[in-house]
Amino acid sequence: MTTVTDPVTARTTATRPLVQLEGLCKRYGSLRVLDGIDLEVATGEVVCIIGPSGSGKSTMLRCVNHLEKPDQGLVRVDGEVIGVHQRRGRYVELPASELARQRTDIGMVFQAFNLFGHMTVLENIIEAPVRVAGQPRKEAEARARELLAHVRLEGKENSYPRQLSGGQQQRVAIARALAMRPKVMLFDEPTSALDPETVGEVLSVMKLLADEGLTMLIVTHEIEFARDVADRVIFIDGGRIIEQGPPSAVIEAPQHERTKKFLSRMRGGVEEG
Amino acid sequence: MNATATDEVTAASAAPASSPGLRPVLTKAAGWVVKIFVLLIAVEIISTFLTSDSLQWSTVWEYMFDDRVLTGVWQTIKLTVIAMVLGCLIGLALALMRLSHSVLLNAVAGAYVWVFRGTPLLVQILFWFNLASFLPDLSVGIPFGPEFGSSPTNDLITPLVAATLGLGLNEGAYMSEIFRAGILSVDQGQSEASAALGMTRGQAMRRIILPQAMRVIVPPTGNQVISMLKGTSLVSIISMNELLYTVQVIYSRTFETIPLLVVASIWYLVLTTVLSIGQYFIERHYSRGATRNARPSVAQRLRLTGRAESHDGFFSSPATQPADGRVVDQETK
Ligand SMILES: Nc1ncnc2c1ncn2[C@@H]1O[C@H](COP(=O)(O)OP(=O)(O)O)[C@@H](O)[C@H]1O
Ligand SMILES: [Mg+2]
Repeated sequence: MTTVTDPVTARTTATRPLVQLEGLCKRYGSLRVLDGIDLEVATGEVVCIIGPSGSGKSTMLRCVNHLEKPDQGLVRVDGEVIGVHQRRGRYVELPASELARQRTDIGMVFQAFNLFGHMTVLENIIEAPVRVAGQPRKEAEARARELLAHVRLEGKENSYPRQLSGGQQQRVAIARALAMRPKVMLFDEPTSALDPETVGEVLSVMKLLADEGLTMLIVTHEIEFARDVADRVIFIDGGRIIEQGPPSAVIEAPQHERTKKFLSRMRGGVEEG
Repeated sequence: MNATATDEVTAASAAPASSPGLRPVLTKAAGWVVKIFVLLIAVEIISTFLTSDSLQWSTVWEYMFDDRVLTGVWQTIKLTVIAMVLGCLIGLALALMRLSHSVLLNAVAGAYVWVFRGTPLLVQILFWFNLASFLPDLSVGIPFGPEFGSSPTNDLITPLVAATLGLGLNEGAYMSEIFRAGILSVDQGQSEASAALGMTRGQAMRRIILPQAMRVIVPPTGNQVISMLKGTSLVSIISMNELLYTVQVIYSRTFETIPLLVVASIWYLVLTTVLSIGQYFIERHYSRGATRNARPSVAQRLRLTGRAESHDGFFSSPATQPADGRVVDQETK
């Protein structure tokens, strides 16, 4: 952790991580899905999360914006505890409207895109800025067009999601999440539902965002992508972080037996969901 | 009409499977026998109606646009609309209660549906009309607490109010199931995406879930409106001056029973036809984005339905939306 001197207050403070997970635990019945996850993500950092199917990757990601409520542990984004607040020494659920406000800082992209099927591409993108953030429609539309250009989808404003290929839909979903100017973006297997030939177009948009300094947590099975783009790779198995470090360590020279096994299976071409 | 298209398709597809030549000829002949038989019956029924002495078509025309009948038609329309709006509001509220995680709300909604769906509509209408003999005064206040106002039940429960309550509360029970099925038909991912964007549950429901649920909600609701329109005739029993009661009053004095019942039937048919057409356009509106193909224009659509005897024209409720040329293939056979 680096130290910086604030030019206004002239005080020296440690820069705090943008996203902090502290001791996350979650179980479904007797199944421990998350078993004490601790993680700190710095501003601008790109973290790729890999691991076998059912290891708890999605659950961990969904805890960050409280789509899933952890049984124990805390999530902080930019210092603010997500989804709960302290009352008389205990953490209790935040009111729904507060949680909704917190979620505007956390963008999420789903495996199944989840675009709003009854709205055009443009309507999908401006929905939250207009209805949630209260932006003027004109302004939101201008920004939406910029974002569409950014994800290389100019001219698709008036298409309906079903008229687009999977890769195009996923890029619209990315633009829709970016429209809220989130501090961090979560990606849950964004290319797993795509035809092989459209995977590349989504990954290259994500690489672009990474190069621009967006903070991203990405669950992926694209090992090559993780090697190219990630600042840090995290291997999860059985709801625990088994190994983490730069791609050169975790992917090129994994230390743990489970990581080695997983990676060799992935390289063997056996893809998992 | 539909039978023609279906028969030919069946004949054509059956041909390669059996001995060539004979089977298709037999099937075709059988088809013609059925068609002629049906036609004869239809002609017989229609001619009976047209030539019957007791029908007196001149009397029918005389009363068709009678002021009293028109008032009755208007009352029927008004009652249908009010009861249907009430039914939809109650239905939506019940559906949301049943989908909530609250055990209490679930139980209340479940009990409501159980009672209102489990007793005859006619009994419910009579019950509301006779509410005064059970509750002489209606008051607004807190149970066992202060009372803010009170009024004799008989002053409040006019035939219109009793009819609205009877039809609307009953409708709510049916509409709740339709709304619930519609909401459940929308993928869970839609509400997750809404939540992730910072929408509240209410916003997500209004802007994202319900508009997409409409595709599933509208067709059965159209059928409910048509049932409701006809169901309003039940309230003739409590002397509400809707269409049926109006013609009953007239024929009880003139004894022109059958012609006046025909007058009422024609009006019911006109109204249900108008509703079917409206339903078609509403369904088309809510099918936005549901298919990859652009929507065909109304003119195109009319041509398609007219030529190919498609199964989803004005007068039936299509389960799947816009035609994409498949109908035309069938036609070219
Ligand atoms: N709502 C749920 N109810 C019960 N079990 C669940 C639920 N969601 C996830 N699980 C289980 O939790 C485990 C971890 O799930 P998930 O986080 O989706 O894994 P991953 O994304 O790594 O494949 C899986 O075994 C899954 O079956
Ligand atoms: Mg997953």
